[in-house]
Amino acid sequence: MGKIVIDPITRIEGHMKIEAVVDGGEVKEANSSGMLFRGFELILNGRDPRDANRLTQRVCGVCPTSHATASALNIDSAFGLADKIPDNGRILRNLILGSNYLQSHILHFYHLAALDYVDVTKVADYDGTDPDMLAVKKFIERGALAPFVPRYEGDYRLPKEVDQAAASHYLLALHMRRKCHELLATFGGRGPHSCATVPGGVTEVPTVDKIASFLWRVNELRNFIDNVYVPDILAVAKAYSDYFEIGGGAERFLSYGAFDLDGKEADLTKRERLHKNGSVGTDLGAEPLDPSKITEFVRHSWFADSSTGKHPSQGKTSPEPGKKGGYSWIKSPRYNGEVHEVGPLARMVASYAQGQETVKTLVDSVLGEFNAQPAVLFSVLGRHAARALETKLVADAMAEWVLELKVGEPVSVEAPVPEEGEGMGIVGAPRGALGHWMKVKDHKIENYQLVVPTTWNASPKDDNDQPGPIEQALIGTKVKDESNPFELVRIVRSFDPCLACAVHAVTPKGRTLAGYRIA
Amino acid sequence: MSNSVTAEQPAIWLQGAGCSGCSVSLLNAVSPSIRNVLIDEVIPGKHVNLRVHATVMAGQGDAVVEVMEDTARECKGGYLLLVEGSIPTADGGVYCEIGEKDGKGITVATWLKELAADAAAVISVGTCSSFGGIPAGKPNPTGAKSVKAVLDEAKIDVPVINVPGCPPHPDWVTGTLAQVLIGGLPGPDDLDDDLRPLAFYGSLIHENCPRRAYFDEGKFAKKFGDPGCLHELGCKGPVTYADCPTRLWNGGVNWCVGAGGPCMGCTQPEFPDLVSPLYEKLSDVDLPTIGDYWRSE
Repeated sequence: MGKIVIDPITRIEGHMKIEAVVDGGEVKEANSSGMLFRGFELILNGRDPRDANRLTQRVCGVCPTSHATASALNIDSAFGLADKIPDNGRILRNLILGSNYLQSHILHFYHLAALDYVDVTKVADYDGTDPDMLAVKKFIERGALAPFVPRYEGDYRLPKEVDQAAASHYLLALHMRRKCHELLATFGGRGPHSCATVPGGVTEVPTVDKIASFLWRVNELRNFIDNVYVPDILAVAKAYSDYFEIGGGAERFLSYGAFDLDGKEADLTKRERLHKNGSVGTDLGAEPLDPSKITEFVRHSWFADSSTGKHPSQGKTSPEPGKKGGYSWIKSPRYNGEVHEVGPLARMVASYAQGQETVKTLVDSVLGEFNAQPAVLFSVLGRHAARALETKLVADAMAEWVLELKVGEPVSVEAPVPEEGEGMGIVGAPRGALGHWMKVKDHKIENYQLVVPTTWNASPKDDNDQPGPIEQALIGTKVKDESNPFELVRIVRSFDPCLACAVHAVTPKGRTLAGYRIA
Repeated sequence: MSNSVTAEQPAIWLQGAGCSGCSVSLLNAVSPSIRNVLIDEVIPGKHVNLRVHATVMAGQGDAVVEVMEDTARECKGGYLLLVEGSIPTADGGVYCEIGEKDGKGITVATWLKELAADAAAVISVGTCSSFGGIPAGKPNPTGAKSVKAVLDEAKIDVPVINVPGCPPHPDWVTGTLAQVLIGGLPGPDDLDDDLRPLAFYGSLIHENCPRRAYFDEGKFAKKFGDPGCLHELGCKGPVTYADCPTRLWNGGVNWCVGAGGPCMGCTQPEFPDLVSPLYEKLSDVDLPTIGDYWRSE
């Protein structure tokens, strides 16, 4: 029996470690651990509630816009404004969030995940005339191959031509990802860490020139998504089709929905959204979302057992470093007591199961390409495909939403800080279900809690010893070469983990950590 | 410095207690683009050999630890160390660890001291590494400090350049790199008291703000989306040094105040505590003015 330790896991957001116990070439046990703690919730306590909107964006530089949106919805509801945001404000929030979806998903496939499948060094044999490819060839000839080498070796399967095309798309995608943030800045001011999504609405005003500029920026990206990104996913899937069979994991999926299509319904669970909400099983049976079913468990986290099983709005954090049986600073959120995966796959499945027409058409077209049943979606490649199709879904919708903006109409309402209030903001972030909860007392934040996507996906075992989604996805995996465990990192990266998000959520009030290893 | 800069300029990008937003912002660089920086000779005859950057590098696990150690040894005195994120120091620095040795985690504070000692220079990218930033915000649960503070305490004497911003504009990062590659390390006259390159942080947002005329006339926005100066909505432009109003962000598309968002002072050592509440009007500050509105007060 051997143990594979991968620390750090690179090409994700943040600091992550994976430990896998391997016996007879198969993973028997897996632990995922976050390696950074900043104490965001402690830092938020006592501040002006509106400041959470700017500060929580800094939880994660890859999807700050999701935190901006979740915190704005949270603050809107605590301030009694949930049903008062003007339509322009709602639409602009969607456009800003949507721009960052495109940015995050393109970044994930090309710059975080692709190097596990695409061998950039094959460009050394390039004999064409494309100047970008020749630049890469020259780079390889110079011989200093960082940051593309060193890497795991032994399982790069793409045919030379496909590989070279994918390498050139890596460069093209650098430009396209950048353009997503230029798109975002049109109404968001700047990216990352935009200033425009605020409590009460949005700060930027739509004008005809900005609407036209936004439309054609998003159209350029749609062209890339349709003609490069989605086809590249299919090309990788054809060469690595065994990855439709591994990395499944959790059998239930959770979606909060995403992108408000209605601003007048104060209850976010009933609000019409582009993506449907709900808890969905691998049998595609869906139940509507009920946030009261969310509980966080801590038996295998370094928190006192007395704080286990609480709803996030009542969340209590009583750290107990070195607690017997604990191995993570991440808590274990569960829905209805069951392990749920979150992310693009969960959202696409939730919408698919509930008959969202565009999603059904997109998913069925890819399944048709492989002559496959929906069951193959619950896999490494299923996650990549869902992410790519969602990118298309959102980009196409943005091109319509931008034309719904009304020049001259208001973008915000005033948002004075109440003496007391309680709020919830739930959104679909690029990486999955994101929830912010807040209590306001004496015009200040009394308690702020975040349950973020990677907390769901990278959670440790819960009180019933059910491993978290990433752990479940790793267990049972056959590892061909333990010194180049491609299978494990491909599985982990398919979740697009964001560790800065996941580990922000602990609040060690007693600082008695000396002598213990935070792992 | 000129001796230590070679055709292949080795560089290590270390991530501490941050959010990767500085890295994402650098990906937004237009000219030079990130591809120019990684693949091309960013200055003719010179290529940045970015050996370690956790968000982009192909390698993982032990390979990362090995490359960092090898670079410090093989390129002693000649590599650039770029640091993103603040450095947790409480409780032995256990709040941020990268990689392990003999089964024990290595703190980012340990990495910083080991790698900075033999670096040609350290560039603190972003407000967290420059000044502590949000992780060092009250009550600073992890004892987060700036790179400069940690190095001073350890008596490690190495040139430090601060390139703050939450996030920093990509031009500020690539421009600082270009300066080092072309002209060598900046001299004392090139940096302000907070070790920021004057080329980017030489004037206040307020001095170049396109909404300045509203300020001088006393025309203030009362709610978001209103025309007017954002002073009463909490703009920290009058106390914030950066060239955002003239440089603009994301390829010149927009910037915070341009989008009606008050400047939050994110390039300042005072960020976030002393510029909070972020949406409350600045008080007790001498505001430079040229208009009649203020003279009549």
